[in-house]
Amino acid sequence: MTEVGRARRRKEDARLLSGRTQWTDNLRQPGMLHVMFLRSPMAHARITRVDVSAALGLPGVVAAYSGQDFAAEQGSLPCAWPVTDNVVIPEHPPMATSEVRYVGEAVACVVATDRYRAADALEAIEVDYEPLPAVLDMNEALTPDSPKVHEAGNQAYSMQMTVGDIDAAFRDAPVVIDRTYVQQRLIPSAMEPRAVLANTDGDSFTLWSSTQIPHILRVMLAVVTGIPEHKIRVVAPDVGGGFGSKLQVTAEEVLCLLIAKRLGKAVKWVESRSEGNLTVHHGRDQIQHIQLAAEADGRIRGLKVDLLADMGAYLMLITPGIPLLGAQMFNAIYKMDAYEFGCTGVFTTKMPTDAYRGAGRPEATYGIERMMDELAAELRLDPLEVRRRNWIRHEEFPYTTISGLTYDSGNYEAATDKALALFGYDKLRAEQADRRDRGDPVQLGIGVSTFTEMCGLAPSRGLGAANFGAGGWEHGSVRMLPTGKVEVITGSSPHGQGHVTAWSQIVADSLGVPFEDVTVLHGDTAISHKGMDTYGSRSLTVGGIAVLRACDKVKDKARKLAAHLLECSPDDLDFADGVFKVRGTESQKSIQELAFAAFLAHDLPEGVEARLDSDATFDPENFSFPHGTHLCAMEVDTETGMAKIRSYVAVDDIGKVVNPLIVEGQIHGGIAQGIAQALFEEAVYDADGNLLTTTMADYLLPSAADLPEFVTDRTETPATSNPLGVKGVGEAGTIASTPAVVNAIVDALRPHGVHDVQMPCTPERIWRALA
Amino acid sequence: MPRITVTVDGVKYEEDVEPRLLLVHLLRERLGKTGTPVGCDTSNCGACTVMLDGKSAKSCTVLAVQADGCDVVTIEGLGSNGSMHPMQQAFHEEHALQCGYCTPGMVMAAIDLLRDTPDPSEDAIREGLEGNLCRCTGYCNIVRAVRRGAQEMGQAVRTQ
Amino acid sequence: MIPAQFDYVRATSLSEACQELASDEDAKALAGGQSLLPLLRLRLAYPSKLVDIGRLPELSGVHDRGDHVFIGAMATHDEVMRSGVVNTECPLVALAAATVADPAVRHRGTFGGSLAHSDPAGDLPAVVLALDGVFVARSAEGEREIPAAEFFVDYLESALRPGEILVGVRIPKLGAGWGFHYEKFHRTAQAWTIVGVAAAVRRSNGAIQEARIGLANMGPTPVRARAVETALQGMELGDQLKQACQEADADTSPPSDLHAQPDYRRHLARVLTHRAVRGASGSP
Repeated sequence: MTEVGRARRRKEDARLLSGRTQWTDNLRQPGMLHVMFLRSPMAHARITRVDVSAALGLPGVVAAYSGQDFAAEQGSLPCAWPVTDNVVIPEHPPMATSEVRYVGEAVACVVATDRYRAADALEAIEVDYEPLPAVLDMNEALTPDSPKVHEAGNQAYSMQMTVGDIDAAFRDAPVVIDRTYVQQRLIPSAMEPRAVLANTDGDSFTLWSSTQIPHILRVMLAVVTGIPEHKIRVVAPDVGGGFGSKLQVTAEEVLCLLIAKRLGKAVKWVESRSEGNLTVHHGRDQIQHIQLAAEADGRIRGLKVDLLADMGAYLMLITPGIPLLGAQMFNAIYKMDAYEFGCTGVFTTKMPTDAYRGAGRPEATYGIERMMDELAAELRLDPLEVRRRNWIRHEEFPYTTISGLTYDSGNYEAATDKALALFGYDKLRAEQADRRDRGDPVQLGIGVSTFTEMCGLAPSRGLGAANFGAGGWEHGSVRMLPTGKVEVITGSSPHGQGHVTAWSQIVADSLGVPFEDVTVLHGDTAISHKGMDTYGSRSLTVGGIAVLRACDKVKDKARKLAAHLLECSPDDLDFADGVFKVRGTESQKSIQELAFAAFLAHDLPEGVEARLDSDATFDPENFSFPHGTHLCAMEVDTETGMAKIRSYVAVDDIGKVVNPLIVEGQIHGGIAQGIAQALFEEAVYDADGNLLTTTMADYLLPSAADLPEFVTDRTETPATSNPLGVKGVGEAGTIASTPAVVNAIVDALRPHGVHDVQMPCTPERIWRALA
Repeated sequence: MPRITVTVDGVKYEEDVEPRLLLVHLLRERLGKTGTPVGCDTSNCGACTVMLDGKSAKSCTVLAVQADGCDVVTIEGLGSNGSMHPMQQAFHEEHALQCGYCTPGMVMAAIDLLRDTPDPSEDAIREGLEGNLCRCTGYCNIVRAVRRGAQEMGQAVRTQ
Repeated sequence: MIPAQFDYVRATSLSEACQELASDEDAKALAGGQSLLPLLRLRLAYPSKLVDIGRLPELSGVHDRGDHVFIGAMATHDEVMRSGVVNTECPLVALAAATVADPAVRHRGTFGGSLAHSDPAGDLPAVVLALDGVFVARSAEGEREIPAAEFFVDYLESALRPGEILVGVRIPKLGAGWGFHYEKFHRTAQAWTIVGVAAAVRRSNGAIQEARIGLANMGPTPVRARAVETALQGMELGDQLKQACQEADADTSPPSDLHAQPDYRRHLARVLTHRAVRGASGSP
């Protein structure tokens, strides 16, 4: 039995279940001090005075600093994705020196012997502000009279692309649908708040951080602080979720490093949740103007998308690129003659936005899947029928879409058929009709989302073309230990995804060793010296394949050694189940024996070194394109506006599956987050630019009591772009589910003349839509 | 500074504490019991849930002085002789954790739920866990795990 | 986040607690701490001293006192919702207590603490108001009784005077023929009540003889829906109930916040009152 495909229980679980965890906040270093930051209460202001002297006299206080104290060395937080030639990347000092541009921006800090003393001392710091006007609304921000966030103006960039004859597509089109959707601002809310611990021996530095990107962070810390890269070690210990929010180079990471450098002491900073809601980068926040032209039979002629994307106050690591990750996804699984996409990035005096689970693709999928329902309603067609008339048929793969991506594989018909059967579509439609006839105060709606997405970031060549400041490869290394056990090092940096288990399965199959004999190391640049980390549903399709390639190289070496020891030609050897056998004989060597032979090195052939290990980088030739059909049945109480999920079915096609248990978990969690966008979550700023949703009492995350059981299943159309046939799964559920839920709500209310409800679809908003 | 006596995972401690010291910080910072994490400051997330005199409590919303004379059980005190508690085992079997940050609190809340409801329905489980947030799992597998844990704990009681 | 410094004293008697509170106007009583501690952690409150009344025997337990149930201020929500006498004699209290926060918070949070906090979004104030509970308070000057109608003064402000401690609440037993329902409307299990309606209805011969309705989060204090109570008197069950509940929002001043605007709260009050009355009267 192969390991790949087995529902192996996770190797990661034991320590997490018993509290033997290494969260950054659990770590201590000798002489460690605690840092806390004083944060701006103003959305936009000039800092006229910072006086930390009163804090310095307080018990336990070791140091207190203003932004000016680090002005010479703190550099500017990096933006690695200058998306266009016209992009404006403003200076972004980790601690503000002269002006603050969002509530929560750090203006000063204290270093104390413990966090209680640090919290007290913060209150003794005096800061004077000269208020400047807040800039909150994107449309207003772009008007000539608007106050400016930065001197260069409020437009961060604009870009436009057109494929095909878009004017012809819209000219005399029998149907044109024109809609504007708002992707509300979200707070990623990983359960582990951020935390940073920095230490130094005077010359070199170690930084532990709750990060998704230890490798990228190391490079960026070197660039920002000027500390040489080889003097910086970054460790991502146990990391409690990320969802994109820990794909960042943060002010706190830079400053902790610099404070450790200045004091020559270990310093730790741990975020509180209310601090995090203000200062962990936010997600989404777009206004989408979408126009769709179609024939009378529902066939799409053309699609125009014009986005306003809220950057917040600064461009952080990949802020400007996030909306553009959706640029090629609005056309989704549909064929059309012409496509136009434009995006304007806008500065506002809010927390910067950046990657949040799906990053650009959920926004695109939401837009197009809502539009498809609108088209169906306009034509009085079943929403699935209108999709069928437009989607790429399974025999048409590989298929190059209007936006220029080549989808390698897929079968939208199969996933949809399976989902319909599990859902009981026809029966629910009958119940819907019945409730409508009866005028039942609780109406039933059915929402469809036939999504695809591009993930597995990414072919380096493509990233280069997009002006992205890094490659898209991943690194893996595999070493056979003398006793035949296997140590795998991955450049991926898991924070809940189960890479240790999944990589063990891949390696066990490839090398023919027991699953239990494989260990996987990650997340420490001193151990995993090379990597591009974990985001964009890339770990398996890029990092997993790198590990597989490294296994191939190890087997090549082992083959040479086996041939030498067995006195045959390498070509005479068959490899199966961890054993090289001389074809047609009983003579054989196991890979474990070969590992020991390599260790002894008593009898190595010419040109073979005393090690059975290797490493590899893998650069994908294409993205991976998971797809699926999600169906949501929603009960909407028309008296109160309360919408409740009655049932939810998801059939996903992520190609071949390494561990079905882990895959199902990813889908479940993704669906929950997508539903949460549709129904519950919204970061709300008031008219002065204060964030109102600073706690979990106000920023509503769903609990178990607020979500239903999800029915999940799969179809399996292998990816052709990698040897395992796998596609990414980390973001699929989130991308698919949001439009399924909102489509269901709108479907329930359509007889009442409702064709949109803004997210999150709160009872109040639904009630107002009905009024 | 008030002196308190508290038993944590079977070990008795006497500590002088600032009145404002939160129980969770006593556990984590003073006693080294870092198995119990902190996820919020408004008692919403439940990551810090422990058993306080046999009932679940959010240790970030209890002062250490309030726990004087009390018995505290954390995630680190579950199981015996190196083996996992049936609920921990059930979480493992059902893949009811991903990043694992909510897991200590979730397991404690699940065990607490079974005190009164040894054989809970799916709805009872979902409501029983309403004070514990998880951002990774979508809760499906947590619900399954609690059901499995309940069955195994029921089994264990019957065979005793 | 970390609370600011404060002194702490664990009172060993009620009179000691009263003295401690009377001697320092910035001192605050600490019950279960489930509302107070989050405020301290966010540094939204800076008491000079916390007087821990959590272990005072005089404030504990739920007691059957003949014509009323006495719920000690330090009885936890968990105790209250499971109490046999509460479930038999004033089940509306148990129904509402079971909706407070979550199990862990209910283990620590107290009945008296919630009421003294006087948060109009709380579930229990509206219930005690609907049931005409009587608050028993103690200070150095002695004990006094405060009718529920006078207890809730303003947003987060009760009639308790400085140095006065809530000992418990008398909930009158209503006798036979009453039905109860608590209708809570919130967006997620953890979210604050947008509007809550506590209803007690006495029925006989297919008609409502008497109704008492308390509304949560329809103003700076919990309020009674008096107009509806009057309209329901003598009304037969059926479609006309809905009409009677249209006045549920009369004389309310619902707040505007992140979760709802006043006009929506008014609408909800009408719809939910109808539901609560139907639920309490056993009407389908």
